Parts: sequence; structure tokens; C-alpha cells
Amino acid sequence: MSDSDQPNQIPKRTGADTIALLRNETERESRFEIVAREDYSDVTFMLEVRHPLMARAARPGQFVVVMSHEHGERVPLTIADFDQEKGTVTLVIQAVGKTTREMRETCRVGTALYALAGPAGHPSPIGQAKKVVCVGGGLGVAPIFPQARAFKQNGAYVIAVLGFRTETLVFWEKKFRSVCDELILCTDDGSTGIKGLVTDGIKLAIEKHPDIDEVVAIGPPVMMRASAEATRPHGIKTMVSLNPIMVDGTGMCGGCRVKVGDQVKFACVDGPDFDGHKVDFADLMTRLRRFSEEEKAAVERWSETCRMKGLGQS
Amino acid sequence: MSKKKTIRTIPQQRTPAHEQAPAERVRNFSEVSHAYTDAEAQLESQRCLQCADPVCIAGCPVAIDIPRFIEKISDKDYRGAYDVITRTNLLPAVCGRVCPQENQCEGVCTVADTLEPVAIGRLERFVGDRAIAEGWKNLPYIEPNGFRVGIVGSGPAGVACAADMAKAGCDVTVFEAFHQPGGVLRYGIPDFRLPNEVVDAEIENLKRLGVKFECNTIVGRLFTIEQMIDELGFHAVFIGTGAGYPTMLGIPGDSLNNVLSANELLTRCNLMRAKEFPNFDTPVPLGERVAVVGAGNTAMDAMRVCLRLGAAKVHCIYRRSRAEAPARAEEIQHAEEEGIEFHWLTNPIEILDDGKGNVRGMRCIRMELGAPDESGRRRPVPVPGSEFEFETDQVVFAIGTNANPIIGQTSKLKLNKKGYIETDENLATSMAGVFAGGDIVTGAATVIEAMGAGRTAARHMRTYLGIRDPSLSYDGDKDIQFGINPRERNFVRLRVK
Repeated sequence: MSDSDQPNQIPKRTGADTIALLRNETERESRFEIVAREDYSDVTFMLEVRHPLMARAARPGQFVVVMSHEHGERVPLTIADFDQEKGTVTLVIQAVGKTTREMRETCRVGTALYALAGPAGHPSPIGQAKKVVCVGGGLGVAPIFPQARAFKQNGAYVIAVLGFRTETLVFWEKKFRSVCDELILCTDDGSTGIKGLVTDGIKLAIEKHPDIDEVVAIGPPVMMRASAEATRPHGIKTMVSLNPIMVDGTGMCGGCRVKVGDQVKFACVDGPDFDGHKVDFADLMTRLRRFSEEEKAAVERWSETCRMKGLGQS
Repeated sequence: MSKKKTIRTIPQQRTPAHEQAPAERVRNFSEVSHAYTDAEAQLESQRCLQCADPVCIAGCPVAIDIPRFIEKISDKDYRGAYDVITRTNLLPAVCGRVCPQENQCEGVCTVADTLEPVAIGRLERFVGDRAIAEGWKNLPYIEPNGFRVGIVGSGPAGVACAADMAKAGCDVTVFEAFHQPGGVLRYGIPDFRLPNEVVDAEIENLKRLGVKFECNTIVGRLFTIEQMIDELGFHAVFIGTGAGYPTMLGIPGDSLNNVLSANELLTRCNLMRAKEFPNFDTPVPLGERVAVVGAGNTAMDAMRVCLRLGAAKVHCIYRRSRAEAPARAEEIQHAEEEGIEFHWLTNPIEILDDGKGNVRGMRCIRMELGAPDESGRRRPVPVPGSEFEFETDQVVFAIGTNANPIIGQTSKLKLNKKGYIETDENLATSMAGVFAGGDIVTGAATVIEAMGAGRTAARHMRTYLGIRDPSLSYDGDKDIQFGINPRERNFVRLRVK
């Protein structure tokens, strides 16, 4: 997979600027500093982190590996947005397990992450598609944004299909409308947009547009699998962004191995995007449960610590 | 005038190093081998014959002046011994512990003709540890020459190259993808063989030399090799990114939940400190009956880590025999002492599912040795009809690795068929000013070979940059490098695009 066919939208900095970036002592002191935060619900929150070099290098589809503190674990998070002017990258996080819940408490504006490495993985292949459906379910809404924007900048007609449980959990609607030609909002309870899952949205889009070149779907594995099945009868190329458990994120442990067709690939260096019609989702979902016991125990311990701290506070 | 030493007058027995007893050490991550005491080091140093023609030096991949440093130990001049070693080897506390001395210096020691070889490795470690304890640093004043050198990867190759370039006066930055430097020294080799404190101390020495470490930097992704030369102002680059991409088993059931590569196990345990879970957040799978496939150093490390994590029983499955096992002799011996059961001439053919996606066993087949393959070792062939089932709840595989793909994916460097970076005899790559060494060039090898490669590349990088070592005399055509005779009056360093 060659990276050289990416549209070069970012103006080239001069050597002096970038050397200055590398050498600037102030930059080093504010390393991985969180400069903005927004909470979209009580489980989903957005962090904007200062990293000028990464803001320049990031491309849609890439991810970072984060450690929130020295005793933490390495957590892969897709880059939801990047801004070269501000020198920041944006991560949208859902507080599910111990680490993300802890981050929800500790990652405030002005604090810093302990480790942030990236942008990892191959940039999403934007290619020559003329009409694209970008599908984001739940947390997948954030990482699909840079892809939708890139397709649009490349001249494609972009239809976004976004799924949320209910209206109060919707975020980035305006952001998407600014880069898409059409937006199909889906809610489980019908409180806004159409009532249904993103697959219903995909079906609507396919009915209306018989000339869709490509579908890109990001979200929980169950949703990506369903999206791929929705497009399979129509033979539409469908790319998915896989999210296996990762440790190093740089291609040396094989923990993120996925089965694509008859091959074994590492999501961190061979992906994270793969052909959704070839991915073995059953294998991915089984492997995502590798540490379910430890994860449950860690959340319980964390909740217990919070309860104890709560009791101690006046 | 002291009496000349002969094979009969030196202490006849190789001085043993105290080791933790197997039963005790399988439950902790403290070092297995203790360092020599002063008295033990003294005694062992007497065994060196100070040969007029020391073959041990040629046996060392970085040509340490072994008889000289051993003589200093005899004279109780430990600082002097450290000075001798650090003229060529910058990490004696590391190499003394992890070099396969039996294949290198000790393997050719003259004393070994009659008795057991001089314990050169243990003596080197003794000096290295004393240096750390005493805080000795060999830091001469170095005149900066204005050249910026970028090193990709903070493992043994990168760190050795960095030290040499720093000593030559360059402004050196080492980039590391992980959040802590050291590469395989930190994530791969467990604490009971090479404590992370030793790695920290040696890295600290390099920082004092002026070497800068930038962690959390994935070169190739954050910026490319080309950008390092074209935009970031580096005059020369060394790539030491290693070969960590594990080879998969490729048998049915190899993606079950409790099947993992030794690299994953070791990274979780050593780098992410999973052995201290839940104080550290990263977990590591803990089986009761673990099967490790492979018999190299990585496999040995994985087996012994599993024991210390609490496995009741650990098995080694290897398709060849003990004689062909590639691991360091001392590691196999320690592993056997620790109660690991070895199944030689056995190959796994299927990993069995318990119905819930976990491992319940492995089907294996017995092997026998046939004709030699390209490596010269006899090729194992399956014995028909010898399949059997083996109960296990966790499988760890250490059957080889491949080049880390990131640099190959993100730069126009020429790679060979297997994905390793192609270099000439000067370790120069297809891109001017970019050199490479260690596992990313040769495939998986040892720490000392990587360090040797880092130092060789540094020598050629200095030539490329036009940094002349005033102590070296140039003569004749054999000093023409890149078509330039250094004696020419207007000697200019050419950058070829």
C-alpha cells in the first residue's frame, strides 16, 4: 500500500520552522498538553492535545497510542481531527473501561498525557471515488469525520450516515454538514432523523444513489460487520477501520492480528483500514474478549477507589 | 619480575558465580546470576594467561582488549579496567550479561584447550556493575563539529551508533517509538537477565555525553527518513529499528485467545510492567500449563517469565533437537534447572479450542532430523503417524521474526526480498547519508552484533560527513571513499541527491 497517492493538502513547512519545533524548549514543556476539552455526554468526551508535528503529519484514518500516566496501559485511539494552524490533534473518547473512565476524571485542560505516539497506521486510501458513503456508529462518528472531509476535498460527493442511540447523544452534526453533501442521521428511538440503525441509513443511501463507489464504515465491530453485509449484495467496495486490542502499536507484538481473507495482518502496521467484505469479524470479536475478566475486575477496583475517595471528600 | 603464568600454575577451576537457587528464583524477577565479589573477580582474573597472541580479541564482535582489562582487574585497578572496556564497548554491564560468550570470546579462549575458559563475560559484568555503583563516567571534553545526526531506534544498534557519533562531536538525537528508551534491552530481555535499572544507568551515561532521546516518536509516520535529511536538518541518519514483527504459527487455532507471541508476552511483562498488575494497568495472560514453541533466547525468556508469573508448569516445544537449539547455553541450562520440561523434536500442528475461544490443548507431531537445510542445520521432518495431543491452556510462540515494516512502508529505501534494509559493506543504504544496522539489516541476531553494527556504521558515517579522526593516518588509495580522496586539497563532503 503506497502512501504517495495522498492529496497533499498541507503546505510544506520550511526546515527552519520544523527544526525550531523539535528544539523549542517551550514546546517540550507543554508536551502532550490538553488544550481543550468538551463533554458530549457523560460517557463521551473530546480532548484536543497539543502536538504540532503530529498535527502536520496526521492523515485521515490514522490513530495514536496514548498512555495517560506512567502506570497506565497503551490505548489506541483514532485521530478524530487535526489542525495544523493550532498545532493540535483531537481525540474523542468513550469512557468504557478503567483507563477511559480514569481519563474522563483526570484529563482536564492544562494537564498532559504521559505518552502520545503517532500518527500510526496507514492513512486511509482516499483514491478516486466520486460518490462515497461515510458511516459512523456511536464512537465511530468521530474518526469518520476526517475521512469525509478528505473525500470532499478530493471532489467526491459525500453522504454521511451517522448513528446515535438518541437525540441527546448527537454531536458534531454541524461539523459534518459543513463537509458533506447529504447527512442521514439515525437514532435508535427515532428522536431525530430516521428511526433505525446505520444499516437502515445505508440502505436509504443505496436506494437513492445507484452510483455509489465506496462505503467507509467505522464503529463497533458488530456495526461494521452489518454495514459490510448491507453493501455486499450490491458489490460496493466497503472499507472498515478495525479496533483490536493493541499493546505496542508499532508492529512488533502481533497482539492486534486480524484475519483478512486468507491472510493474517497486523491492524497497527498493515491497517487499520481493511476490506470489510474480507474481514473475519467473528475472530476479531472473540479476540476483543481476551481480557474481559481483567477488564471487569479493573473497572470494579476503579469504581471502588472512586467510592472511597468520594467518602473521604467533604 | 613475576613468574610467567602457565596453564598449570593458574587456578584450575573456573570461579563459579553465585546464583539464586532454582526453586527460589522461579518466583521472583531478581537476577539469577549474582555478580562476582572482589575476591572472586581477583581469583578469576588470575586465570587469564595474558597470551602473547590473544585470540579472544578477535572473537569479540567489537574487539575489546580483553587481556588488558583482565590485567587491570588483577591489579585491582577497576577504574582502569572500565577505561579499557569503554574504549570499544559502551555498555559492559549489558554485554557481560547477554552476550553469548561461549560462541565469542570464551569460545576461543586458549585456556579452554585444557580447562574451562576464563569467565570473561562475568569479569566484564563485574566491571560494568562497579562502574554503575561508583558512578564512573568517561566523559572527555568533546568539541562540537556542527553536524546533526539522527538515530532511529534506541535499541543496542542505535545507542552504540549514537555514542560514537557523540564522541566524534556531533549533535545526536535518538528517536524512539516507545515511551521509554532501550529497545529490546528494555522490552525484550527480562529483568532477571538484564535489570531495567542497568539499562537506565547506561542510557543516563549517554545523556551525559550529550545524546538526546526523543521518545514517543514513530519515525516514518511522524516524519519520514527523507524529511529528516531534507527538512529537519540532519546531516546523517542511522536506522536501527530492529526486526520485531513476529512470525505467526500458521496452524489452525493460532488466533485463539490464549495464543500470543513471545514478543507480546515480554512487552506486556517487561516494558508495561504487567508482572506488577494491577499496580500497572496492562494485564498479561496467565496460564497454568503453558506451552512455548521455539528454543531461541526469546523462547527461553518467555518460558522463564511464565514460570515467574505463576504458571504451574511450562513446556518447551521445539522441532529440532537440543543440540540445534539457538539459545545461549546458560539460558537453556537455567531453564532446565528451573523445571521447564523440554519436548525436543516436536512440532505443533493444531491448537485446540475449548468451545469458548480459549486454548484447551495442542496437537503435535514428532520430528526426526533429515538432510541439512540452507542454514547448515539438519532439517526436521515429521514422523508419520506420531501425532499426539498435549494438554495446555496457553501457547506462546517464539519461532522467528521479520523486519519492522514501518520504515520500509514510508520511505524509498531499497529493501531486500524479505523486507530488510539493503546496505553495502559500509552499512550505507540506497539513500545518501542514511545508514542502517542491526536486525533491520541482518534479521534477528544478538545485542552485541547490533552494537557492533552501530559502531561500524558510525565509522562510515564519520567518513561520509568528512569528520577526520586525527589519530588515524590516511594513506593511499584505500582511503578513497565515495570517490573522494581525502588527501585532495579541496576535500569537500558531497551530498549526492
